[in-house]
Amino acid sequence: MATETLYQTEREELISGSEAIAIACAMADVDVITAYPIRPYDTVMQYVSKLKADGAFDCDFIVAESEHSQFEIVKHASAVGARTFCGSSGVGWFYAFEAITVTAGLRLPVVAMVGNRALDDPGAFGVEHNDAMAVRDLGWMLYWVGTAQEALDTALLAWRVAEDPRVFLPAAISCDGSFLTHSQAIVNVPTQEQVDQFLPQYDRGRLQLHPDNPITVAPQVNEDWLMEIRRQTDDAMRRCSDVIKEAYEEFKQLFGRGDSSPFIEEYMTEDADIIFVGMGTLAMPVRVAVRRMREQGKKVGFVRVKFFRPFATDEIREALSGCKAVAVVDRDYSYGSPSYGGVLFNEIRSALYELDQRPLAQSFIAGLGGREVLVRDVEEMAQMAQDSIDAGKVKQINTWIGVRE
Amino acid sequence: MSTVAVEVVYRGIFQKTLARNIVRSIVFAARKEGKIGTAFGRYGDSPERNGIPAKQFAIVSDSPEELEENLAVYEAREVDVTINVDDTMCKGIESWAWYGLQPINALTKPGGTLIVTSRQAADALIEDIHQKDSAYNLAIIPASTSYSGLWVYKDDHTDVRILGALAKVCPELVSLDSMVAALEDQGWGGLKATSARNTYDRLTSRPVEPGEGSDDEPFSFDLPGWKSMEEGLVIRGIEEGGGFRGGSLGDSYDPINTPSILPQGYEPTRNSVFKKFSTRAMRPVINFDTCIKCTLCWLQCPDTCFDVTPDGLYDANMEACCGCAVCEAVCPVPDCITMVNEAEFNDNNSQYEHWTRDKDGYHNWMAELIQIQKDKDSTRSHGYHSPGVYESESEVALTGDDD
Repeated sequence: MATETLYQTEREELISGSEAIAIACAMADVDVITAYPIRPYDTVMQYVSKLKADGAFDCDFIVAESEHSQFEIVKHASAVGARTFCGSSGVGWFYAFEAITVTAGLRLPVVAMVGNRALDDPGAFGVEHNDAMAVRDLGWMLYWVGTAQEALDTALLAWRVAEDPRVFLPAAISCDGSFLTHSQAIVNVPTQEQVDQFLPQYDRGRLQLHPDNPITVAPQVNEDWLMEIRRQTDDAMRRCSDVIKEAYEEFKQLFGRGDSSPFIEEYMTEDADIIFVGMGTLAMPVRVAVRRMREQGKKVGFVRVKFFRPFATDEIREALSGCKAVAVVDRDYSYGSPSYGGVLFNEIRSALYELDQRPLAQSFIAGLGGREVLVRDVEEMAQMAQDSIDAGKVKQINTWIGVRE
Repeated sequence: MSTVAVEVVYRGIFQKTLARNIVRSIVFAARKEGKIGTAFGRYGDSPERNGIPAKQFAIVSDSPEELEENLAVYEAREVDVTINVDDTMCKGIESWAWYGLQPINALTKPGGTLIVTSRQAADALIEDIHQKDSAYNLAIIPASTSYSGLWVYKDDHTDVRILGALAKVCPELVSLDSMVAALEDQGWGGLKATSARNTYDRLTSRPVEPGEGSDDEPFSFDLPGWKSMEEGLVIRGIEEGGGFRGGSLGDSYDPINTPSILPQGYEPTRNSVFKKFSTRAMRPVINFDTCIKCTLCWLQCPDTCFDVTPDGLYDANMEACCGCAVCEAVCPVPDCITMVNEAEFNDNNSQYEHWTRDKDGYHNWMAELIQIQKDKDSTRSHGYHSPGVYESESEVALTGDDD
């Protein structure tokens, strides 16, 4: 009821990415929300509890005794047909992993926010992408948000896609700690009518756990069934792409904003020799640097990967196929990985393998633990990519940027 | 104009809402003029320990592209206006978020303005503020430091007075009318809007020339590289303490049988580059003549800041003291330890050394400070338990004996 009066007209708010997702929770009329504090994601729960206390919306708001319980509760709530939301950060997210893995296996469309934070030890509050990335092989959709506006919009998109019966998979929305979770920007908050039109009720149908629909969920199966179940989840993830496209088109029509693709954002890539690839708020210094270098006549561009899962192989391949060098900037690292490169780098390089004319691919590790990535860092990376082009090969595949020797 | 950046330097938790009100209002006001802005806190400062210097920023640009240059950073590289809402931070600030002491005007642009709320005169403040190579302006809003708690906000108009001042010193940011319109949108019309206008009308500022101010070298230290760090996230312990003023503990010291008998006194070793004293808004002043050597201040001090003198007295080390007032609270002797506004001091020198050198002079100095503390214009709360402070304020409120 209250949301109807609150969100009758479109309006601007000065809010953080966390607050934007909290507003999305209210507008999506989420039924069950579970919280357990850890920075930087906790800002979303502060705002959710405030909205609830203010009477802006009603939900079961449960403060669990740990992250593990937090994710168990929403998993079960989702099974009985409740729209759900929760989240965590860093090692808190890892503590919930037993619950997180089964959520995808049971095809439960939980939506979670990950406030990206460096994994302990050493303790640090700043952004690093390794925390959220840990679900990359588990059947979770995984999205990296670039602005507070996108955080609100993506949350709505996440419920829409996750709860689609063709999908029924959980979705994680990654928001860079500090730069999104604690920075306030002007956000257009849509009307309740727009949201209601975009987001249908969650209907679990024949899979709903209910006394009128007697079913068993998650029996022990062993090797006799397991592989078929994995293949089913694989098929659901494969179906995601079309559902995302369909939902995104409708979103753009209803809300009047959005990029040309739901999966990636292309920035000045058309005639670019060097294309940077990155995720999240890294886009901010990279776009500024790209603009400056363009003014100097350098042909550089940027692709921001939004959906990390499902990975938009075709779109990414097409966006990068015409350039001479791809410079992937990872705010994460995989110890002992191929070429000792970043996680995104190795995914991108793998996607490029099928191309007849492959661009050079170079990996940069930057901004770990929330260290600022500066415009001059990006310019330095561009120079290294240019050196590779001039030499006709990449001499050093991975480079750590801004690390004290 | 392309981009205008403003920082608010405040004391953690007690002034967080104040800082937030200021930076958000700036963005709202700029929106009235079709500009776009962002408001954010200096991330490393939270969770904000009591009194720790912290920052919030407002950045306003003509276009999203210009604004983007200032996003995904912790601090603006430079600011047009620095707002300091506690004059004791004019001595410099140190927090979780950066290493070493940062001068209060470190980010202030050449020709920019430093706004301070203070009861002190400009000259007294400039004595505390570190020198700069370039000229800037100092504007003072006459006010006692505005402190609130975590759950309550002391709505004493400090926020709107600062916003009125800001429109005056930085007209390229927003006009006063836009600022007032933004205040009205937030339900702060009427008296609060009037306060903003009054400050706008009455504010004066004074230029601070290059080289004017304190010539203290702000302390800092070098961050290690990955090749020089110990592996396994190991930090070596610092050496144990020694006798008072760096001497040995002496031959007669028996750490096994009589560990608390320290003939040469005792001075704990402290981290030489993490001093923490900029958290201090009030400092203890100690009457060594009435001290009964009960050890409570020394035991209870959460920062181990008391040095034990060879004659068994306790000298609060002002490089280490955060001003938490626990010593004052636990001291069983009336008037032996008194918390006094940090603004009254210009150095961190030893009180014990002052007392041993000149007992009469020390007593006069101490009496004067305690008297100033009792004077309501100077009275301040550091937000912690501080006997006398709240009582004296409520007395004034009850009798209406206030201007």
